[in-house]
Amino acid sequence: MDLADLTAHELLTLISKREIAPKDVVKSCIDRIERCEPLIKAYLYIRDPEEIINSVREDMPYSAIPIAIKDNILVRGLPNTCASKILSNFIAPYNATVIEKLKEKSFNITGKTNLDEFAMGSSTENSAFGPTRNPWDLERVPGGSSGGSAASVAIGSSIWALGSDTGGSIRQPASFCGVVGLKPTYGTVSRYGLVAFASSLDQIGPITKDVTDCALLYSFINGHDPNDSTSLNVEPYRYSPLTGDIRGMKIGLIKELLVEGIDPSVERCIRDAVKTFQDLGAIVEEVSLPHISYSVPTYYILAPAEASSNLARFDGVRYGFRAGGKTAEEMMSNTRGEGFGPEVKRRIMLGTYVLSAGYYEAFYLKALKFRNLIAGDFKKAFERFDVLISPTSPILPFKLGEKVENPLEMYLSDICTIPINLAGLPAISIPCGFVNNLPVGLQIIGPVFSESRLFEVAYGFEQAMPFHKRRPQLGGNTYGV
Amino acid sequence: MLSIEEVIHIERLARLKLTDKEREIYRNQLNDVLNYAAKLDEIDTSNVPPMYHVLPVTNVLREDIPRNNFSLEDALNNAPLKEEGFFVIPPILGGEE
Repeated sequence: MDLADLTAHELLTLISKREIAPKDVVKSCIDRIERCEPLIKAYLYIRDPEEIINSVREDMPYSAIPIAIKDNILVRGLPNTCASKILSNFIAPYNATVIEKLKEKSFNITGKTNLDEFAMGSSTENSAFGPTRNPWDLERVPGGSSGGSAASVAIGSSIWALGSDTGGSIRQPASFCGVVGLKPTYGTVSRYGLVAFASSLDQIGPITKDVTDCALLYSFINGHDPNDSTSLNVEPYRYSPLTGDIRGMKIGLIKELLVEGIDPSVERCIRDAVKTFQDLGAIVEEVSLPHISYSVPTYYILAPAEASSNLARFDGVRYGFRAGGKTAEEMMSNTRGEGFGPEVKRRIMLGTYVLSAGYYEAFYLKALKFRNLIAGDFKKAFERFDVLISPTSPILPFKLGEKVENPLEMYLSDICTIPINLAGLPAISIPCGFVNNLPVGLQIIGPVFSESRLFEVAYGFEQAMPFHKRRPQLGGNTYGV
Repeated sequence: MLSIEEVIHIERLARLKLTDKEREIYRNQLNDVLNYAAKLDEIDTSNVPPMYHVLPVTNVLREDIPRNNFSLEDALNNAPLKEEGFFVIPPILGGEE
């Protein structure tokens, strides 16, 4: 086992005991990048290895734990493409707030990771620069949209990573790659410097190898930011060592997310997880959220509506790609037509349609009402339960190309993660089993600001069922345990 | 069923130039999604208030003090075409190059 296979907290302990040199960790990750990147393609941009090694400072332990950043979070001086042709030559002129926070601790950035263009997708196949592959099976997708970040953490080409989650874009790739991903409570992590997709749903969050790392990284990035008007001025989460004691805790298993189209092997893993929680002393009961099945149509009206408005800024005037045209308007239409990929265009068209005169009430306003009903279902469930659980994805990682031709089918696979964004809640995905050597993810959902509770529940499970210790054996080339 | 004329209308609203082939593809795919969205007609929501935001957010104001943290050079660095500190674009009106 190489250093690149360890977690951040394990490495920090080894460094503080002087058992390893800080530069050795970075070198191990760079070695992993060189060996795996040609197969996985997790990154869109990798910093010069010399520079990464030289960024290590003996007095700053986090400079020794390389972190990968999704390529829609601005890092000053580095490219920020959002995996789109329209931003292919864009260099970020400032740091996102989360990056400022990490820089205060001298975090060492490896590079920018691949995503579905503008974070729109569930497979990372919508990248203008080619797909990322799943480290557990190169024929399969890593999930999306933060597929590059999740694949990178799984393979050890970074120790941890940041992603963004609008409808599952952290949790679903974490599930598909066998790692841990947190979508925080809306408003707890600043969105300043995150390229906006759907502003009322987007949140930045950590992708890590285990729950402790997840809690640590979340503690560094959360907190109020005056540069984000939706950032909440609440007591920030501070890390304290987890105990995993969940005795007496009431856990609700969401009934509606265990039917409709679920892979039976995924359902089996979730049922096993229920037994584990019961063995740990928790009380698990089924709970019904009657409006949750309306989440997908609600989301696919609201998210494209917000996206169509947010993406209006890409017009070829101030930055990015510009196409020809005799007038400004012609130039803008051509720029957008040539610069955006198929999924982004599809969502801009859909969003513009549902916001256009005559359709606003029938679609957009109606979806906002369903959002209220869905959020109400959760509120009611949390009167009885401390946390809720479901699969993160109803299906196993699918093959590249399998769902590209049928957008609606791809959208339907987001059923378990979407409702959480609509309600603004925090949720974590952790590995809860393997089927034919493909990872399965368990989603744990809590009321707003319940991140510390989610970490305890997730940690309790993880300690009992250490699926998170498995590492992909890439192409028979054994790195791991 | 969405007509091609409607697709062209949305395309113009969105300032998004599509090819004939794309128009046909999106027409079909948008129809699929919109038909699926008709699922929202199953429930009477006339008495349900719309939820614009999940948390009780209000407008955030700050003192109107200029913060000079973005230089002209930074602002123009990514411009496709610039001249003497300005962004340059084709004419707004007319068709002369």
